[in-house]
Amino acid sequence: MKKRIATVSLAGCFGCHMALLDIDERLLDLLQSVEFDRSPLNDLKKFTRRCDIGLVEGGCCNEENVHTLREFRRNCDVLIAVGQCAVMGGLPVMRNAIMHSEDPLRECLETAYLNSDKIYNPSNRIPNDEALPLLLDKVYTLAEVVKVDYQIPGCPPSGDTLWYTLSALLAGKPVELPYELLRYD
Amino acid sequence: MAKTRVIEIDPLTRVEGHGKVTIHLDDHNNVDEARLHIVEFRGFERFILGRLYWEVPVIVQRLCGICPVSHHLAASKAMDSIVGVDRLTPTAEKLRRLMHYGQILQSNVLHFFHLSSPDLLFGFESDVAKRNIFGVIEAHPELAVKGIKLRKFGQEVIKLTAGKKIHGTSAVPGGVNKNLSTAERDYLLQDIAQMRGWAQEAVDIARGYTLEHMETVRGFAAFNSSHMSLVREDGAMDLYHGVLRAIDASGNVIFDQVDYREFNDYLMEEVRSWSYMKFPFIKRRGNLDGWYRVGPLSRMNTAGFIDTPLADEAHVEFRASTNNQPNHMSLAYHWARMIEVLHCVEKIDELLNDPDLQGDELLLKGERREEGIGVIEAPRGTLFHHYRVDENDQVSFCNLIVSTTNNNEAMNRAVTQVAKAHLSNRKSITEGMLNQVEVAVRAYDPCLSCATHALGQMPLDVELYDAQGELLERKLRS
Ligand code: SF4
Repeated sequence: MKKRIATVSLAGCFGCHMALLDIDERLLDLLQSVEFDRSPLNDLKKFTRRCDIGLVEGGCCNEENVHTLREFRRNCDVLIAVGQCAVMGGLPVMRNAIMHSEDPLRECLETAYLNSDKIYNPSNRIPNDEALPLLLDKVYTLAEVVKVDYQIPGCPPSGDTLWYTLSALLAGKPVELPYELLRYD
Repeated sequence: MAKTRVIEIDPLTRVEGHGKVTIHLDDHNNVDEARLHIVEFRGFERFILGRLYWEVPVIVQRLCGICPVSHHLAASKAMDSIVGVDRLTPTAEKLRRLMHYGQILQSNVLHFFHLSSPDLLFGFESDVAKRNIFGVIEAHPELAVKGIKLRKFGQEVIKLTAGKKIHGTSAVPGGVNKNLSTAERDYLLQDIAQMRGWAQEAVDIARGYTLEHMETVRGFAAFNSSHMSLVREDGAMDLYHGVLRAIDASGNVIFDQVDYREFNDYLMEEVRSWSYMKFPFIKRRGNLDGWYRVGPLSRMNTAGFIDTPLADEAHVEFRASTNNQPNHMSLAYHWARMIEVLHCVEKIDELLNDPDLQGDELLLKGERREEGIGVIEAPRGTLFHHYRVDENDQVSFCNLIVSTTNNNEAMNRAVTQVAKAHLSNRKSITEGMLNQVEVAVRAYDPCLSCATHALGQMPLDVELYDAQGELLERKLRS
């Protein structure tokens, strides 16, 4: 039986998904033993059945991210935080740490949508439609929200790192990254 | 506004990021309007304030893992101005160009082969289980492998010029921090002839698709618009540097030969309450009529010619297919994208044979300035970075107009048009019809996380409203 893998990008830049595609021709080998369930790489929008492995890129910056992450935890035997954003928040987490600010989120919104002569915004409103999901007060890492089985560092982890990780898991071996693949940039 | 019926496509797939569409119906269940919402927000423009200017090129690329090189280079160009450098050394400029051609090559190929080809090969409403790259690998392994290897080549070019395939570090304010060794050069040259052949095949496939399906292509999200891009001063397509040119729907010049550092005099962004993505427009034409398109299709329309022979031939043919009038068909983006791939392979070949790349003058320094603007043609279109840096070397102002944002209005029109054609007056809505909406968005190869200056995703969520604003249906797409 082929193993099932699901992937998702939460508050990430898609670079970790690109790194997965950087396994290049090995994609063909992977498909010998693996089937993809929900993933932005196909059109399965929801889990079709339980998965062996869930790869999650990006941390949580809005309520929808939290919801999706919990769904991944419920549906995957092994949940992997892929990349710096998922593990430590990455670039988006910079909004948590705006110095001397009582309300960093509001400051970000005002800088982006108000306060500028470059912007045409006669109603002077920040986008607030109910179609837009609620932003969280700060950006959270995956492990702050659910139990995570593996955290793979790197921004992004290289294709080789991901290949190594998946090969080990699929073979039922422990994931022990060799020194040269264990990097944080 | 009570909600009774919504159809959700969540998340929008085979594009980068997350999207959401709401479709508003009139009394007769005809589609009145559709909106593409961007639902993520990160606040980059605020939290970059206070950072040291030389950090910016490596930070900002984390907006987007598909086109990081474009952000890396646009920011570096802006920071070149900050350190008072208007002209890089030949080695630095050519190394950056090489990196950029690698980037456009890999991104355009990724979009075509990995993300969009399933729609074109299998049909817009084909089986959802097969309609993806894995299905392509199974049904057309030879084609899939060519796509995978073409992208890999682009990524290798990036790795050897930027230091890493994704989020590299070699462009620095005033130049670069490495050159290309002869060993690296020879490694890339080995494959170049093969890549040229495959790029030509890719053009053939995309052209063949467009011409054979002309009826579909003409009727699918095709609408008049203005187009904008950088071009070289003599009108040649230039993906790395140039002057701004905009033309109207009939091909008349709106502006030309504009120094991109003046872009704020020509463009402005409108904020609308229902999307975090702003709506840029050409000031002179106002916020209603000033919208325009960017990206591969627009570049084919704005460029007078292409300065590499094979791509130029393909460009001539592309232009002839609409009698040398601007091409307004969203699905023609694919053909245009492949012509650029061919152009990039030709450019990479040219540069690899240029001894300047082994030069050792990498970095220049001039008189420090306060303001820097960097503009580049990213895979998805014109990308603007604008910064001010204070006397402590800290960023004090930042504004970005990313490529996808330029296409905001156009994508909304594309979605509306396709929704009208395929969802109006239907009793039930199938997965395939919803994919039609996605095909329209996908033609623009949107980079939706870039578009919010955000690293993330937006669900594509289709909601049907009736005339009273009652939500008719909300259905999860499965
Ligand atoms: S870890 Fe890096 S590459 Fe991965 S999503 Fe975050 S910013 Fe992008």
